[in-house]
Amino acid sequence: MASAATGAAKPGLLLLRRTDATFIAALRARFRVHDFYASGAALPDYLTAAAAEPDPPRTALVVAGGAILVDAAFLDAVPSVGCVVTTGAGVDHVDLAQCARRGAGEIFSVDVADHAVGLLIGVLRRVAAADRYVRAGLWPAQGDYPLTTKLSGKRVGIIGLGSIGSQIAKRLQAFGCAISYHSREPKAFAPYRYLPDAHALAADSDALIVACALNDATRRIVGRCVLDALGPNGVLVNIARGVNVDEQELVAALQEGRIAGAGLDVFQNEPHVPPELRDMDNVVLTAHEAVFTEESRANLQELMIGNLEAFFSGKPLLTPVLPP
Amino acid sequence: MESLGVLLLRPLDTYLEQELDRRCRLLRLWDAPHDRRGEFLRAHALSIRAVVTGGGSGAGGDAELIDALPRLEIIVCYAVGFDHVDLTRCRERGVRVTNTPDVLTDDVADLAVGLAIDAPRRIPHADRYVRAGLWKANNGYYGLTNQFSGKRVGIIGLGRIGLAIAKRVEGFGCPRTRQQAYPNYTYLPTVVQLAAVSDGLVVACSPKEQSRGIVSREVIEALGPRGVLVNVGRGAHVDQPELVAALAEGRLGGAGLDVFEAESDVPQVLMALDNVVLAPHMGSGTRETRKAMADLVLANLEAHALSKPLLTPVV
Repeated sequence: MASAATGAAKPGLLLLRRTDATFIAALRARFRVHDFYASGAALPDYLTAAAAEPDPPRTALVVAGGAILVDAAFLDAVPSVGCVVTTGAGVDHVDLAQCARRGAGEIFSVDVADHAVGLLIGVLRRVAAADRYVRAGLWPAQGDYPLTTKLSGKRVGIIGLGSIGSQIAKRLQAFGCAISYHSREPKAFAPYRYLPDAHALAADSDALIVACALNDATRRIVGRCVLDALGPNGVLVNIARGVNVDEQELVAALQEGRIAGAGLDVFQNEPHVPPELRDMDNVVLTAHEAVFTEESRANLQELMIGNLEAFFSGKPLLTPVLPP
Repeated sequence: MESLGVLLLRPLDTYLEQELDRRCRLLRLWDAPHDRRGEFLRAHALSIRAVVTGGGSGAGGDAELIDALPRLEIIVCYAVGFDHVDLTRCRERGVRVTNTPDVLTDDVADLAVGLAIDAPRRIPHADRYVRAGLWKANNGYYGLTNQFSGKRVGIIGLGRIGLAIAKRVEGFGCPRTRQQAYPNYTYLPTVVQLAAVSDGLVVACSPKEQSRGIVSREVIEALGPRGVLVNVGRGAHVDQPELVAALAEGRLGGAGLDVFEAESDVPQVLMALDNVVLAPHMGSGTRETRKAMADLVLANLEAHALSKPLLTPVV
């Protein structure tokens, strides 16, 4: 048996995400890493070079968010790739129909759910705005902060009842909120009321939370009609993808008071945030960070390696996403 | 109760004031300039049978006021805390006291959990970052924060509000929260133990004398550099100078504060920190709850006027 130093080459891995030194070292200990960002090459050249190797890589570890698209062109360039591992719950940057298998993280759902609840409390109770009020010295100068509106007991409508949506529902139930949802199909065991479309859901909700995956059916699922149905006392929370919402319509609705407020972690064209939102006290804006806690990052790295090793040893992936 | 002379100490709520004006003989203390208040009280002393106060430090209802009103029968607090009322003097004089419990439990609990999420997850900080254009300027970078779900939450004071907080945090998978009932002495080793086994502490106890300073230097140290403190009780429950120093020096991870030693005075040091969330005592500050509180104040006054049992008496 050849020793590790001179023996069988480590399996190849395309690395298309920025990461820290510890993680790269952990990857290099197990795989032959083709580091895209370090190469400085254009994507097509990088893929072609990897594919030209005698033992081309069978795995790819890809950043989420849309900077890299694992589409037909990508897969055609490196046909050896049989497993794509990505981060974040969203797989809109991966053409699932083109992919055999992929791995993702269930573990993110709690952090994203927590963030959604934080945004909802923030927009209804104006926590961030009140914090600014205090920091600006306005409490002694102008007295009590104006009255806001109660969260407990509000009707919450969730678009998308996957792992994130379910975690949000579970949390808000403990606040005495009445939960309804809309998804492609009703979920057999969900103890919440199902509405057949986003418009009906919005009409029946005080707070609408977007927690669905981004695909053709959900692009701009929240547009003018849904916002008008949500109404002047309703608020929107988006922790899914910016393009799940028609951003222009949202800004207009907020400016015109046709909805009462919004909590947004995601935007159409990050990190660009519509300037009109930046002066509003009835919105909470965060920097697409719902998933990024220290705890989930540590888990994430273990999970990515776990999925890769499972693939190479022919075992079932830890967190597979099967093509629809 | 049209003949009931009611003294309102300061503007509290428009609806409440309008109803008091409509249904009672309302006197507003702030109609007199500050330096003429003594005169004002003397002039109206014989007609004032009820006083309505707000909450928080300095809300009124002290011995001096009680002594100035020989016909005083009842003090009605538009608040759940009544630490601003001299209960001893009230008992001596036979003056009844009511507060507004229960109707604000949900709101205070909601805010407490909001602060408990916001402190480790830095939502208000991120909001400032985005508004300042830093997200764009830093090419989409925002650092990591700390998880909330599953953390061990210790609740100091498991009354109505503490229980409502416990119910909410259990929805986040936080392990069964521990209550700490504080015995009747000043040094409380068990609160330190609670802090030592908690990732976050939420102060939700009622303002009793024995809970003054309950969050001491030792408790803050036991909570540690990754620990979070949330206070929706009273500023007096916490050793504020210690808290401020610990936060500034990184000996405590973060805090969410709705109450302070002297409101509306928030230490400058805190205003410069990113790991704290500062709220201007707004635990019950929603339209729904303030209306419910106002209705309860009015109901207590009416019960008193009709010699019926008070709805929510303290004394």
